[in-house]
Amino acid sequence: MNNIIEIKDVEKIYASGNKALNKINLNIKEGEILALLGPNGAGKTTLISAVCGITVPTSGSINVDGYDVIKEYKSSRKLIGLVPQEIALEPFEKVINTVNYSRNLFGYPPDDNYIEELLKKLSLWGKRDSKIIELSGGMKRRVLIAKALSHNPKILFLDEPTAGVDVELRKDMWRVIKELKVQGVTIILTTHYIEEAEEIAERVAIINDGQILLTEEKDSLMKRMGTKKIEVIIKNKIEKIPNELSSFNLTISDNKQKIIFTYDQKRSDLDILKILNFIKESGLDIIDIETTETSLEDIFVNLLKE
Amino acid sequence: MNLYAIKAIYVFEMSRTFRTLLQSIISPVISTALYFIVFGSAIGSRMESIGNVDYGTFIVPGLIMLTVLMQSVSNASFGIYFPKFLGTINELYTAPVSYLEIVIAYVGAAATKSIAIGLIILITAFAFVPLSILHPIWMLVFLIITCISFSLLGFILGIWAKSFEQLNIVPSLIITPLVFLGGSFYSITLLPPFWQNVTLFNPIVYLISGFRWAFFGTSDVSIFFSLIAISCFTAICLLIIWLIFKTGYRMKM
Repeated sequence: MNNIIEIKDVEKIYASGNKALNKINLNIKEGEILALLGPNGAGKTTLISAVCGITVPTSGSINVDGYDVIKEYKSSRKLIGLVPQEIALEPFEKVINTVNYSRNLFGYPPDDNYIEELLKKLSLWGKRDSKIIELSGGMKRRVLIAKALSHNPKILFLDEPTAGVDVELRKDMWRVIKELKVQGVTIILTTHYIEEAEEIAERVAIINDGQILLTEEKDSLMKRMGTKKIEVIIKNKIEKIPNELSSFNLTISDNKQKIIFTYDQKRSDLDILKILNFIKESGLDIIDIETTETSLEDIFVNLLKE
Repeated sequence: MNLYAIKAIYVFEMSRTFRTLLQSIISPVISTALYFIVFGSAIGSRMESIGNVDYGTFIVPGLIMLTVLMQSVSNASFGIYFPKFLGTINELYTAPVSYLEIVIAYVGAAATKSIAIGLIILITAFAFVPLSILHPIWMLVFLIITCISFSLLGFILGIWAKSFEQLNIVPSLIITPLVFLGGSFYSITLLPPFWQNVTLFNPIVYLISGFRWAFFGTSDVSIFFSLIAISCFTAICLLIIWLIFKTGYRMKM
């Protein structure tokens, strides 16, 4: 896949002296869903703002589909839609008017059919003549998405799109994102909800203190840094691991009724069945087996600790 | 040129006028009508004519200028300040819109409103005083250029302002006194020579004088100086706006 966004050595130093971005290098592939993860103040929004034109980088270069975001801003911005973190909308404007306004702002003529289809997809068609001030917080967020998609962008930035929204809307949004992905839209998502990144992202970039700590395919990251845990629940309590099982990395739970086996996901030489057979042959009655694996959140927290 | 964007911003700004019709149009017209009643009819009937022009008629250009200057500044400043206040200005920054297009749209809308209000006041004036316009084309030229240049000033103010209080400082503390002292209600020739000279430093004198010349064919200062003054003022405003956009002053972080 080609890189649709190329960020090279981008720095942003505010007038106060605060260095929000410190030599950021990041390539975003066309058609992928990238989750930009980081704690508050890590530089996620500043990075997005620099790509979209809200803030001007102090140094470095950003190219969007080959266009420099400063010198060729008209061409680069036409390709981008941004769903901002803050809900900022004209309170007395009608939903349909504000979405049409955004489309025109991006240099496209009105297209009633496309806007109707978009509003229907976001469950906003019934509210098209409502004023923004009359909408709930969740509905306003849908309007922000409709505005960002009004000009059919090739790249969509979602800055904390599901912050403070209910589960239904969050799932709706995930559905829309997956549909856009099918259409070939490149999606960059910042989120506090790591489960969100886990659910929809293909690649993850972790940012902290204005620096990219890591960029990796989500699955390979989870495989590389994640661990898997198998908990074998036994009938009778045990005090120590039987000698036959001592070669495996096993522990006993606090209630003494679980044998816990933790291993790296990347290990492919393990024969789980063999371990279970050993447990059975050592005279322990197996009642149940539970498996869990490290979440992206655990990996994220561990990385930040490092 | 992103014409769709210019049109969208322009239409949006104009629709705000229609949403707030009472505040945008009816309010300035009523207050000007009150000036006509008080200064034109009640007090004006007891005052001498100025240069063969009845006092009530004499103040018409000054009153139109008073209103359009205030309206131009407040319309344009509010137009750009409100998106800053709401945070919706970020959408403008992310859109493929040049600074020139932003200025054309916002200043164009603010100036259109002021021109409309100026013309409505002019029509209202006909109901109160006998009035004829000697140079109607020049009258329109002065009206349009004044509205555009003071809308540019308002745009600068809207970008500079960090609060609604600051937004009101320039119209109430600078524009109003300058307009009142700039010969809206009198000819500066009525002042003692020293104050006449001091008044010549007030740029609004040139606007009102030129505008009055378009009505009655007489002016306090030469029409040539009036045109130079308004051209210089417009050029200075454009230069400041260019610098604002070049440096991102109080716009982008």
